[in-house]
Amino acid sequence: MSWMGPREDAENAFKVRLSLRTALGDKAYAWDTNEEYLFKAMVAFSMRRVPNREGTEISHVLLCNVTQRVSFWFVVTDPSRNHTLPAVEVQSAIRLPLVAVSGGCSSLRMNRNRINNAFFLNDQTLEFLRIPATLAPPTDPSVPIWIIIFGVIFCIVIVATMLLILSGIRQHRRKNKGPSEMEDTEDKWENTVKIENGIPCDPLDMKGGHVNDAFVTEDERLTPL
Amino acid sequence: MVRLLLPNPGLEARIPTLAELESLEKQESSSRPKWDNKAQYMLTCVGFCVGLGNVWRFPYLCQSHGGGAFMIPFLILLVLEGIPLLHLEFAIGQRLRKGSVGVWSSIHPALKGVGIASMFVSFMVGLYYNTIIAWVMWYFFNSFQDPLPWSQCPLNANQTGYVEECARSSSVDYYWYRETLNVSTSIDDSGSVQWWILLCLTCAWSVLYVCTIRGIETTGKAVYVTSTLPYVVLTIFLIRGLTLKGASSGIIFLFTPNVTELANPVTWLDAGAQVFYSFSLAFGGLISFSSYNSVHNNCEMDSVIVSVINGFTSVYAATVVYSIIGFRATERFDDCFSANILTLINGFDLPEGNVTQENFAEMQQWCNASNPAAYAELKFQTCDMNTFLSEGVEGTGLAFIVFTEAITRMPAAPLWSVLFFVMLFCLGLSSMFGNMEGVVVPLQDLNVIPKKWPKELLTGLICLGTYLLALVFTLNSGQYWLSLLDRYAGSIPLLTVAFFEMFSVVYVYGIDRFNRDIEFMIGHKPSIFWQVTWRVVSPLLMLTIFLFFLVISVNEELVYSVWNPAYEEFPKSQKVKYPNWVYGVVVVVAGVPCLAIPGFAIYKLIRNRFRRAGDQQGLVGAQSTVSVNGDVRS
Repeated sequence: MSWMGPREDAENAFKVRLSLRTALGDKAYAWDTNEEYLFKAMVAFSMRRVPNREGTEISHVLLCNVTQRVSFWFVVTDPSRNHTLPAVEVQSAIRLPLVAVSGGCSSLRMNRNRINNAFFLNDQTLEFLRIPATLAPPTDPSVPIWIIIFGVIFCIVIVATMLLILSGIRQHRRKNKGPSEMEDTEDKWENTVKIENGIPCDPLDMKGGHVNDAFVTEDERLTPL
Repeated sequence: MVRLLLPNPGLEARIPTLAELESLEKQESSSRPKWDNKAQYMLTCVGFCVGLGNVWRFPYLCQSHGGGAFMIPFLILLVLEGIPLLHLEFAIGQRLRKGSVGVWSSIHPALKGVGIASMFVSFMVGLYYNTIIAWVMWYFFNSFQDPLPWSQCPLNANQTGYVEECARSSSVDYYWYRETLNVSTSIDDSGSVQWWILLCLTCAWSVLYVCTIRGIETTGKAVYVTSTLPYVVLTIFLIRGLTLKGASSGIIFLFTPNVTELANPVTWLDAGAQVFYSFSLAFGGLISFSSYNSVHNNCEMDSVIVSVINGFTSVYAATVVYSIIGFRATERFDDCFSANILTLINGFDLPEGNVTQENFAEMQQWCNASNPAAYAELKFQTCDMNTFLSEGVEGTGLAFIVFTEAITRMPAAPLWSVLFFVMLFCLGLSSMFGNMEGVVVPLQDLNVIPKKWPKELLTGLICLGTYLLALVFTLNSGQYWLSLLDRYAGSIPLLTVAFFEMFSVVYVYGIDRFNRDIEFMIGHKPSIFWQVTWRVVSPLLMLTIFLFFLVISVNEELVYSVWNPAYEEFPKSQKVKYPNWVYGVVVVVAGVPCLAIPGFAIYKLIRNRFRRAGDQQGLVGAQSTVSVNGDVRS
């Protein structure tokens, strides 16, 4: 490596942090120079998709200060290897959308996804400090689910209400159809004498009702013959 | 024993005699509703008593007042206060066979105010209680998706991060305060009606209407589901909860006894208040329900059974709730610790896996020793298990924030969410049945409703009227209104009514007469336990709790908690003073029912004085008309 810039020269350098154990557990691979080579290749690939930077080679990407964490710094130099590319350019390359936005819904994922997948990691376990990750928007169905559930339950309730009211009305009518003449005298039973066959008889029961106490036999003792 | 009995002329004329009771029951069997079977009655009463308070108030009280030690005052007061009052309400309803207004005006016309106060309180409580059910329905409707909507914060405009309000608090807080309530920053700021809550409120009132449309004829069927389902769900949650990591720490936290709390009078008063409110006494609903019983129903056994079930449910629900809270607290603790570990290894570029929870402290010291400057720049969070266990664990905070967060961390979260909110819905709905009964039947007894109107119409009008009033709770400031009503409508008036109930039955109706009635109904005279509690112990307890609450309420500053993103200590709630007009609302809400009792008595007194001459109760006139083979009166 020709450039061994320490952290003071970090203007155009990015710190990368990988959390292999967190992401992969037992299946975590060891971070060695081959993995570093792959990383350089991915960064170079991202840079090549930027207009005017199609000539970026793997050797233009420089890594240093690899720690056990695993974390390291990298810069991308221009073809002449004299100065480093500005951070903004590198950042835009890494965040470049993979698929052009067209009309309706399309996934606005960036090169980040390709890089993540190359290492079996995700945005949380492969961090580019200083490059904010674009978060995936949640998928929204056209009709919110809760309205559907609400509609179903509300319709059931309305139907049940209608049924109950209708059956109540029917019951009422059936009661009314029966003794329609008795209905009118019912109101006056409290204060008038019950008239049966035109002959008044004493009301034993002032509160009205269907039980004619004159014929209640449970408590009466039959007179012995 | 002091045989104090206030003079009560005409009592015999107003109530059916014991001899008439059995025949009365037969005559009324077609016109008056009655229970299809004993199970319906028991389930309805249990459903009315067991409500949301058992799930979200009792566990909090238990944990904050010394854990296992709280059981002692709770159980003692359950026996000395809850059971006697319950037995009294059951017995008087069964004896006089009328709703609350009918019962109290039978005992003495001047006591009608007690029934009116009950009705008013039932109405106020029903008003806001059903709004809570509407919120439960909102969460229920939203539970049918994976991932649950409250598990993630929504993204901000340019999709680089989360919405600020959500990032500073949490996704569950944001979902509750912003996406559900869309709460304003003060009770003054009413805002507009939130249409989604309006829809849920409409649904809640419609469901309630369907279930109560014909009184106990329909609620009697509904309670087979609404009263039993919560127990099924609680059991499922218990099994699930106990298998989660950290559940035991929650249960240990809940039940660890702290016996010193028993010396604190507030513990006893809170226990008494909890017993009282959890039994749904003084609402009038229980009197009404038991008036539909047959005359010889064993109300003594019923009251003991219902009380035991209620107490058991409180403890059971507390266990379930705290096992889940323990799980959540453990998860948060682990997350907090992992964040600290990450900070350390990122700051010092240590390999992963070198720092664990066990060696964290020594690694910290090692790092500090090796590079103090760099170490000083690292910011660590404090991870305290006890803080996590005691966070916001009562009321709506428990159900809609803490528990929903715990659910998002469980596998198959939508299933648990659906189950949980179905349980809350059933608990709330079965309590609402009692509230509706406590409003509908007194209105019928008061004769303000024309007799011709069918019950369906009356229930429909009451549901509609209350629904329209409850639109207040769908405004942006709705939650503040609800907390206000909850604090004042359901507390002092109930205590007043309960005290007057006891006093009336024991000293106006007469304890001797009451004893004879119970002996007639269930076959044996109430034992010495009932005599002592009815005459002395329970009224004294009610009075003590009432005075305590009165003193506290009058002295405390009227402040309420507000969700204000602009507050410095956000996401903590800001405590703001109520505006002055709220005092007027409080006086109306708490004062009117309490004052209805003496108010009505005075009104009756004045009316009697003015109409002294010739205004006897109209004798039932018997007009006899002679007619032979004559006209059928039409």
